Amino acid sequence: MSTILNQVSKQYSEKEDILKNVSAEIETGEFFVIVGPSGCGKSTLLRMIAGLTSISDGEISIDGQVVNDLQPKDRKLTMVFQSYALFPFLNVWDNVAFGLKARNIDQAEVHQRVNDALDMVNLSELKERKPRELSGGQRQRVALARAVASDAKLCLMDEPLSNLDAQLRIKMRQEIYQLQRKLGITLIYVTHDQVEAMTMADHIMVLNDHEVQQIGTPTEIYQQPANEFVANFFGTPLINLLPAQRVDDRTLNVEGDFEVKTEQKISENEVNVGIRPGELHVEASDELNANATVKSSEFLGDETIVYATMNSEHEVRVLIPGKAVFAPYEKVKITASGNVFLFDANHKRIPFESEELVNA
Amino acid sequence: MITSNKPNRLNKVLSYLLLVVLAVVILAPFFIGIWTSFLPTMDIAQGNFFSTKVSFDNYVAAFTKTPIVRYLGNSLVISTLTMLAQLVFCSMSAYAFVFLKFKYRNAIFILFLITMMLPFEAEIIPNFTTVKNLGMLDNYSVLLIPFLTSAFGTFMLRQAFMQTPTELKEAADIEGLNHFQIYWSIVLPYNKISMITLGAYSFLGAWNQYLWPMLTTFSNDSRLIQNGLRQLQSEETFNDWGMIQASAAIIVIPTIIVLFVGQHYFKSGMNEGAVK
Repeated sequence: MSTILNQVSKQYSEKEDILKNVSAEIETGEFFVIVGPSGCGKSTLLRMIAGLTSISDGEISIDGQVVNDLQPKDRKLTMVFQSYALFPFLNVWDNVAFGLKARNIDQAEVHQRVNDALDMVNLSELKERKPRELSGGQRQRVALARAVASDAKLCLMDEPLSNLDAQLRIKMRQEIYQLQRKLGITLIYVTHDQVEAMTMADHIMVLNDHEVQQIGTPTEIYQQPANEFVANFFGTPLINLLPAQRVDDRTLNVEGDFEVKTEQKISENEVNVGIRPGELHVEASDELNANATVKSSEFLGDETIVYATMNSEHEVRVLIPGKAVFAPYEKVKITASGNVFLFDANHKRIPFESEELVNA
Repeated sequence: MITSNKPNRLNKVLSYLLLVVLAVVILAPFFIGIWTSFLPTMDIAQGNFFSTKVSFDNYVAAFTKTPIVRYLGNSLVISTLTMLAQLVFCSMSAYAFVFLKFKYRNAIFILFLITMMLPFEAEIIPNFTTVKNLGMLDNYSVLLIPFLTSAFGTFMLRQAFMQTPTELKEAADIEGLNHFQIYWSIVLPYNKISMITLGAYSFLGAWNQYLWPMLTTFSNDSRLIQNGLRQLQSEETFNDWGMIQASAAIIVIPTIIVLFVGQHYFKSGMNEGAVK
């Protein structure tokens, strides 16, 4: 009883792959987020699940049934579009009832479901309004109510929040999350926003360059990124990715700027080291011991981001608690804690073997 | 500020003056026509346009002494049926050209467009031969059947339908609507304004027809109003200009109604809020 993607591929022409061998299992009742930069094929994947785009290769099954050749309506799902797709000539109530009426559901039940759905998204007061008389957030809620009113257990959402302003986005994010939990539906949610993915998902699929980069829980994605792309995509400010050379089993030399004592055993001579901005430390220093120059700093309230240029010309971001006391062009000394990621020449993360930790 | 204000005001005065002159040139014949329709024919013939003998006598005469009511009825029936038929057939073919995928779709559409390049006058002789052979002359059918659909209407609605957001169609696909339901409950309501435009256009087109009905009808039973008006002029040796003017005034009434009613719908922003 789940949605399974098995080696799903999409080509529009011989040479051009839109999606390559995407496999995943989406469990019933979970909040599954597909995230990636624009053009990575995430919307195409969602449309393939919905049946709006054909599948070139592979298999999609929903609840044990292969749906490759099923019409969208026979897949028992609902979809919330990025642009909401409301009918401008119908009022809010009729917009929500539209799909139910089309499915020839009993009149009394339509009334019940539509009213319940409108209650749930707090739109009962506005049910006589036309979409043009609603604000962006209210239109978004109508689109949600449409999905709620349907009895489908699988709901697809294609960047539903991208047309809203930042504040409303946070509010709707919570509302969507609560709705999903309350209704117990399986939700497949496409977004390009890593914050949405991290905050809402049970599992995240990271897509880039037409391929799956990693599938995992938000914690796994953040703490054990499969490769440099995933490490780079999640977390603000951006992770620092720097080339480094092996000194001994547990010491890395980062371009001659500073040394890192790693918790992980180092086996390769040349690696890329990924250091989250919070794992770097910065202190004022004299010319002699300094290894970086401050470029600028951004005060965020309870923390400050310091942008600095290392002596090796690499740019780094350092996240420090409180207010920074560093002025531009000030010479500073930057050091790192041992909690870093190591990536090999192919940009894949070198796994951290747990037994190693026990032995150490 | 003061220096830049002066030429601005002069500009305004000049452009309004020009507009007023143009408006007078365009509207004067219309109002002279309406005005003379209230005057006795004797005064009109004498060129006495400022006569004070204003009355509705001409209108009464038009309705009682001529078959104008019959002509009006014919025109009303033909125009209404033409309008309805064009709305149905043009919208259906436009739907097919936009939402159905079939072989040679574009080629067929181009054939449609090519027929628009032929002026109607060029088609008149072959069309006349055809309807004559079919025995349709002097009958409602000859006024109706050649105009059941139009390439222009199909073209216009196709362009409008193409603007319908694809998400609406996809949302309907997910809900499981069939093509007719999508056509009827999404595409038509979404494109209401284009439908009204085409309706007004085809109604007025049929109402103002002259050449084709003149060739194909010759009895009062099927004669249309524009030809009827011409008929009033030649049937008698002495032209009762007052009555002719009154008839002419009567037949522009539907045009004016259509324009005023239509204007109400040409508000922008009807489809706002569908997407985004």
